[in-house]
Amino acid sequence: MARMATTRRVAISTAAAWLFGFLIFFPILWMVLASFKTELEAFAIPPSFLFFHWTTENYATVQERSDYFHHAMNSVIIAGGSTLIALLIAIPAAWSMAFSPTKRTKDILLWMLSTKMMPPVGVLVPIYLIYKSFGLLDSRIGLVFILCLGNLPIVIWMLFTYFKEIPRDILEAARMDGATIGRELVYVLTPMAIPGLASTLLLNLILAWNEAFWTLNLSTSNAAPLTTFIASYSSPEGLFWAKLSAASTLAIAPILVLGWFSQKQLVRGLTFGAVK
Amino acid sequence: MATRQTQFLARSLLTPAVGLLFIWMIVPLALTIYFATLHYSLLDPGSESFVGLENFRYFLTDPAFLASLQNTLVLVGSVLALTILLGIPLALLMDQPVIGRNFVRLMVIAPFFVMPTVSALVWKNLLMHPVSGLFAWLASLFGLTPIDWFNDMPLFAVILIVTWQWLPFATLILLTALQSLDEEQKEAAEMDGASAVSTFIYITLPHLARPITVVILIETIFLLTVFAEIFVTTGGGPGLQTTNIAFLIYSQALIQFDVGSASAGGLVAVAIANIVAFFLVRIVGRNLEA
Repeated sequence: MARMATTRRVAISTAAAWLFGFLIFFPILWMVLASFKTELEAFAIPPSFLFFHWTTENYATVQERSDYFHHAMNSVIIAGGSTLIALLIAIPAAWSMAFSPTKRTKDILLWMLSTKMMPPVGVLVPIYLIYKSFGLLDSRIGLVFILCLGNLPIVIWMLFTYFKEIPRDILEAARMDGATIGRELVYVLTPMAIPGLASTLLLNLILAWNEAFWTLNLSTSNAAPLTTFIASYSSPEGLFWAKLSAASTLAIAPILVLGWFSQKQLVRGLTFGAVK
Repeated sequence: MATRQTQFLARSLLTPAVGLLFIWMIVPLALTIYFATLHYSLLDPGSESFVGLENFRYFLTDPAFLASLQNTLVLVGSVLALTILLGIPLALLMDQPVIGRNFVRLMVIAPFFVMPTVSALVWKNLLMHPVSGLFAWLASLFGLTPIDWFNDMPLFAVILIVTWQWLPFATLILLTALQSLDEEQKEAAEMDGASAVSTFIYITLPHLARPITVVILIETIFLLTVFAEIFVTTGGGPGLQTTNIAFLIYSQALIQFDVGSASAGGLVAVAIANIVAFFLVRIVGRNLEA
């Protein structure tokens, strides 16, 4: 009897969970389907769900007409560059705060967190004017720089919470064996820190790839990453749904895959360790 | 001696990060404050003059400010309410024994990884288009008049898009919190004859209080500055109907080139964000053992 009830319960909750999961995912699925339709079919009423003429011509057109790879490359350089530089600055800082904390460490961490709270629009004017006078508007280096600074607090925080979990006894044992700080860093800490480093890297790549305030305001064509490129489809005459869908699918596919791998770390990274 | 050396090393490792963040925070903010006291238009360069608090008076008494403040509050409030009211049952559902839960999780979390410009344009065109959108077709199936989302209820349309983007975040955090809930506690309550409803009210909900607070605060910080979704769908219109504070400042700075007034607005936005930040920093600080 009890077992029957359990089976039924599993069946109901499974059906409900799959239904709601599917509904939430549906807009993405619908977009991917539209990317394989002709423009006419993408626009057609009633819509066809699976039985349409499947074509990959939109993907070819997107590349031909608008140099998709140029913008994809910009996204890779901007997201990757800003993440790597942020890690280079954050690793020593987080290491120092996790292993040689002082009385002020907590204050410094909370102050860093508070810099992330500053709304970007609050400093849009000066950043825009500074970039204009240094010729940094629509440049990759300018975007790398600003996204790096914008995400630095999150990177430091994530690394700090991971480094905190490395048992200190191991460090002390290494020190007793006469390991220098340099050796300690290379042979003891680094291997233990790699999982944390990897998830920090992944989450930050995702955030930088999808960043759409600075990229929209500071880039137009040369340095435009995919966020800005997709936004160019918003013009009223740009009613090319199949091509919009193809470009969008290409733009989100890599990050969706990375995101699925890092979903557990996402909670930790975005809540600054407040929810684990 | 060794400890002193370590301390020196620790401090020098920390300095670049602290220094950079300090410059990043202080320089633009100081410039914003300075610009906010100037009459400064990019269309009329060389005519900058000190006007004191004039820009603040202008920005705060501009009818557009009140409208955009109201839109910001409606947008933030609605998205918060929707993501939490939908996120709790969704998280509870996913916490049940579900076959293929990991796959369902992948579907639910996916919208969060979609870049804002893509989600906004896909919703605006493929789903919400008044003639050829999927919603219009669904409405006609039921014999209803299709809604012209971006003309009849533009702010609500933006709210729906942003809710879709943030529902995964709320759900994922609540689910993580639910999974850390002590099962024994629930079982004990059930053995004592507690109904599912009272178990939820007296055990699960209190356990969720903190994660809900965290969701509210973090979402608020991001939602106060929603920009791309408005930029690519409505451009703030029709009229001012979807202009939030972030978009208003953007349009004063980069469309009307009024640096002084936009800077004053920027400081107002910083002040609003600071109120939220104050509470978030306190909550995070409370469970931080540094």
